[in-house]
Amino acid sequence: MSTPEKGQVMTANRLRDGEVVFLTRAGIWSEKIDDAVLALEPQAAAALEERAQQDVKATAVTGTYLFDAERIDGKIRALHFRERIRTLGPTVRTDLGKQSQGTAGAFAAVEE
Amino acid sequence: MYRYDEFDRQFVLERTAQFRDQAERRLSGELTEEEFRPLRLMNGLYLQLHAYMLRVAIPYGTLSSKQMHQLAYIADKWDRGYGHFTTRQNIQYNWIKLEDTADILQALADVEMHAIQTSGNCIRNVTTDHWAGAAADEIADPRPVGELLRQWSSLHPEFSFLPRKFKIAITGAPNDRAAVKVHDIGLRLHRNAKGQAGWEVMVGGGQGRTPMIAVTVREHLPENELVPYLEAIMRVYNLYGRRDNKYKARIKILVHEIGAEKFRSEVEAEYARHPHQTTEVEERELARIAKYFAPPRFEKLSRFVPQFEEAKLKDKDFGRWVKNNTAAHHVDGYTIVNISLKATGEIPGDATGEQMRVMADLAEHYSFDELRVSHAQNIVLPHVKLSDVHAVWLKLKAHNLAEANYGLVGDIIACPGMDYCSLATARSIPISQAISRKFADARKQEEIGAIKINISGCINACGHHHVGHIGILGLDKKGEEFFQITLGGSSSENASIGTILGPGFAGHEVPDAIEKIVDTYIKLRSPGEEFLSTYRRIGPQPFKEALYAAA
Ligand code: SF4
Repeated sequence: MSTPEKGQVMTANRLRDGEVVFLTRAGIWSEKIDDAVLALEPQAAAALEERAQQDVKATAVTGTYLFDAERIDGKIRALHFRERIRTLGPTVRTDLGKQSQGTAGAFAAVEE
Repeated sequence: MYRYDEFDRQFVLERTAQFRDQAERRLSGELTEEEFRPLRLMNGLYLQLHAYMLRVAIPYGTLSSKQMHQLAYIADKWDRGYGHFTTRQNIQYNWIKLEDTADILQALADVEMHAIQTSGNCIRNVTTDHWAGAAADEIADPRPVGELLRQWSSLHPEFSFLPRKFKIAITGAPNDRAAVKVHDIGLRLHRNAKGQAGWEVMVGGGQGRTPMIAVTVREHLPENELVPYLEAIMRVYNLYGRRDNKYKARIKILVHEIGAEKFRSEVEAEYARHPHQTTEVEERELARIAKYFAPPRFEKLSRFVPQFEEAKLKDKDFGRWVKNNTAAHHVDGYTIVNISLKATGEIPGDATGEQMRVMADLAEHYSFDELRVSHAQNIVLPHVKLSDVHAVWLKLKAHNLAEANYGLVGDIIACPGMDYCSLATARSIPISQAISRKFADARKQEEIGAIKINISGCINACGHHHVGHIGILGLDKKGEEFFQITLGGSSSENASIGTILGPGFAGHEVPDAIEKIVDTYIKLRSPGEEFLSTYRRIGPQPFKEALYAAA
């Protein structure tokens, strides 16, 4: 396992349907956290903020914020379990949400 | 049966059309998010952890079969085939799309329902006893008065921008099932020494981060003075309530900061200032409203129904379910059927579209077309003939709705918690599922007896943990979930706030901890003594020892 890189991911909900999305390097919003760009420095995070605000104005997304995450072997893991639940779906209904749509993050919501 | 009057119908239709326009303007970019957000919240549409959530008001928790069918239809057509009944006697849908919301509101309006005043700093949906109009111990059905208060408070210009949200609960029975002492205003109907019915007015109860029991400001208020008197309370609150700090803005803080005596005298002074003849409720208006809640045409039946008694003896499972899940009705030959939405290991309060339809059909055939939602997240068929109970049970059983645990340890209240809620600090549903599995044995549950376990996923206390006999609060400790246990809470007429027992537990430790608490109770209880009484008699010490001694 490579050493994890730590940084921040920009997330939002898609305006028209509420789907949880993450901002990618290409500046589009993906349903998969593993597509997200990980901002390693404050400047990069600020750029994500700016981009997100534009898309809020352009009515693409709503409820934007940055959260802490790390990249391990090319996969992104949110540091807080709240965000990990958000990348998967409800832990009590694994038949729903991203985990059921093939867009789930690679890491478990909560480690036992 | 409760229904909207013409004014409401017109208003709801207008509001739905307005929202359709607002949503379109938001999607086209004409409205900014800052402009749109308060508008969607006013219509019950929240942004949650995974998607939008729509909260639909169910006034008094009362539903017709047609309305329940519509809720099922919405669940299947626009959500993921289920809904969540909440501790506010409402229903929430978890996977709503903004672009569908106007259609959903229209579908609700078609059956005289809406999502108005389920949020914001206004007087919210009035809540009441889920057995209203049916319970044997009731003095009068509290819903007409609740409805009077709803009509008075809905869109009331003076009370639409209160310091904070405001909740009123009302009960017409001595056994309080509406938790009136933990609401901003609680009203309880009772008789004085002369036998006259009147309302005890309690103010300043609440849960959340500062749980408090309401204080009585009037012992016995005549019914026709209720509206002007409540108006005086609201004025005092509007004037003195703190708007500078969200956490100190509820009326409970005001009441407890200035003291019950001072608060009472302020209210009485305000009340005396306005000659209340002018606003006194006309008897006629109340009579008009009461007609909407007219009791159904009960038949004259015998209290003893041989085939019902036989069925209980023949089928032990049925007998157990009757014992636990039915309650005394005020009319002979009828009973109240409580449908537990807490089958072992299931999610408290969740029902599939199919289950909603089954319950709606049962209500239509066997309960005068009426259903209720209880604040404990169960569904009630309020008026079932004893001779029909077995048929009802068979149908419920076929749809995983016949769990015989009403009021027992498996009948757990749990808020959505971190699995759905964006405000959560920890999950609550998995904790309730694990406890429910631990106590899956029906006989064991009966042996334990009446006990309420309430779980919240954060300090906002939607899961009413402060007033659970056993309360569980999920918190976040350095990025890990942990759970605080309180004992001795109650939302009944002898309300109390639970006390924290000691250090918290990791999620996987909670079921064992609960088992130790229950075992301690069983060991120390007097014959026939319920959990809460034992706790009040012996205090927390023996439970602390059981939980923490070995550690
Ligand atoms: S108690 Fe907290 S976690 Fe639970 S529903 Fe309320 S706000 Fe959400």
